Amino acid sequence: MNEATVLDVKAGTGAAAQKRTGSRLPKWLYGWLLPLLLLTIWEIAARLNLVSETMLPAPSLIAAAFGRLAASGELAEHLRSSFIRAGGGFLLGGTIGLLLGVFTGLGKWAERTLDPSLQMLRTVPLLAVIPLFILWFGVGELSKWLLISIGAFFPLYFHTFLGVRSIDFKLYEVSKVLEYSKLQLMTQVILPAALPNILLGLRLSVGTSWLLLAVAEMMGASSGVGYMIQDARVYMQTDIVFVGIILFALVGKLTDSAVWILERRWLHWQNTYKG
Amino acid sequence: MLEIEGLNKTFASPSGDVVALHQIRLQVEKGQFVTFIGPSGCGKSTLLKIVAGLDTAYQGSVKLNGKAIAGPGVEKGFIFQEPRLFPWLNVERNIAANRSLRDKEVCKQVDELIELVRLKGFEKAYPRELSGGMAQRVAIARALLRRPEVLLLDEPFGALDAFTRTHMQEVLLDIWENNKTTMLFVTHDLDEAVFLGQRVVIMNPRPGHIRNVIGIDLPYPRKRSGSSFQELRSRVLSEFEKVETPAIEIGAGI
Ligand SMILES: Nc1ncnc2c1ncn2[C@@H]1O[C@H](COP(=O)(O)OP(=O)(O)O)[C@@H](O)[C@H]1O
Ligand SMILES: [Mg+2]
Repeated sequence: MNEATVLDVKAGTGAAAQKRTGSRLPKWLYGWLLPLLLLTIWEIAARLNLVSETMLPAPSLIAAAFGRLAASGELAEHLRSSFIRAGGGFLLGGTIGLLLGVFTGLGKWAERTLDPSLQMLRTVPLLAVIPLFILWFGVGELSKWLLISIGAFFPLYFHTFLGVRSIDFKLYEVSKVLEYSKLQLMTQVILPAALPNILLGLRLSVGTSWLLLAVAEMMGASSGVGYMIQDARVYMQTDIVFVGIILFALVGKLTDSAVWILERRWLHWQNTYKG
Repeated sequence: MLEIEGLNKTFASPSGDVVALHQIRLQVEKGQFVTFIGPSGCGKSTLLKIVAGLDTAYQGSVKLNGKAIAGPGVEKGFIFQEPRLFPWLNVERNIAANRSLRDKEVCKQVDELIELVRLKGFEKAYPRELSGGMAQRVAIARALLRRPEVLLLDEPFGALDAFTRTHMQEVLLDIWENNKTTMLFVTHDLDEAVFLGQRVVIMNPRPGHIRNVIGIDLPYPRKRSGSSFQELRSRVLSEFEKVETPAIEIGAGI
């Protein structure tokens, strides 16, 4: 798809691009060509027993497992508990990150006292503190929520702070001349100016939450997509492991698209944004 | 009426203090159009910012209608060299800014102003879609909506091409004749200063001070090709050249 888009831009129009490449395939199909080819090779190799089923089950088997789990309601159940964990942790950490980012962004005093410590903590790899979390909070829901919320906190905090700081002094002067109130300055100047950065932070936060959800559920849980993967691994049900991985990929893509839709709606005024 | 008396402004910098304004004295009657011209660094922007209330650290007195200027406000409209529009708001919302378009009165006035600055049809356009001249007209409309008593313009047309600039000058004179707003207009363009102003204030750098004030006693609309226009233009130019010479001499002496 990207290939085709680039060609498009260079040739000026879609029609011209098609003439040049001499193909009549719709543009969106290009991105699917390679995955489809690989899937076909994979299926054929599995059918011919060239790869072992416990290592790499055929795509058709994975699809069948997917259908079975979906029909039994198991998938929905796992997805539900994963969503609650990831969503809850993300909302908790993300909200605090956003508020604290605005707070430290606005005040020199808050920046001086808070930011250095947070910047230091940010450099600690989160996965390295997992053992400590288990020691302190056990392997229950609390430590999962906390892990995910800390992961969601930093990107939103950091980018919100940057966004609030990036506000143009020139626009600030305009707001003075136009007699903006403090609240108007906040909601009508600082927030919209920081929005591109905030949305970038949001995107990273969502991604981190999802990653940490997988980690948290594999370190011990009784439900959730991560648990499903871990459980299937123990029983060598590789097809279900694949189903879990595909689910993570799909939901990750979906949440990313949700943020993208927000960007389209809220940032269409940007020069650089070509939605 | 604007009264400036004994105004001094010094910037402290690591390499020593810079006297940006020295003993400025000026009176501008209500509704008068005054242009300021002078080489870069002679304190024109500093003077406008002080009148706007954006800079309050100075010595001397600056009064609007007898009251000392306490801070920035809508009665002292400011047009910067760049339009400084809010990029996330479309034209009509930029003009309304912190006033609500849901207010019928505001909405009506915004419509009238869009007509006045000749932007009909662009109400919904975003700043990135506007040319420099159009964006500057939005900025002017935004200031006018607040019915300013004084309009301060700091090289507002400096970034525009010659053709657009001439057009903008006519738009501005239109507005001035309609609203009788007091205008303080800074420029580095000699023709612009003489074409627009009832008085041209010539400023001199190091330290920034007023060298001379020349009255331009020509009726509007003015013709640039007229002989009396040319005569006044050369008078200002000769003053301007007098300004340049000592500046160069001082520079050579250092
Ligand atoms: N914020 C500032 N800090 C220090 N010096 C300044 C500042 N603003 C202006 N100046 C100095 O004051 C003088 C006048 O500047 P300015 O008013 O911008 O001149 P003009 O607009 O006529 O070009 C210049 O010498 C400039 O270097
Ligand atoms: Mg200047």
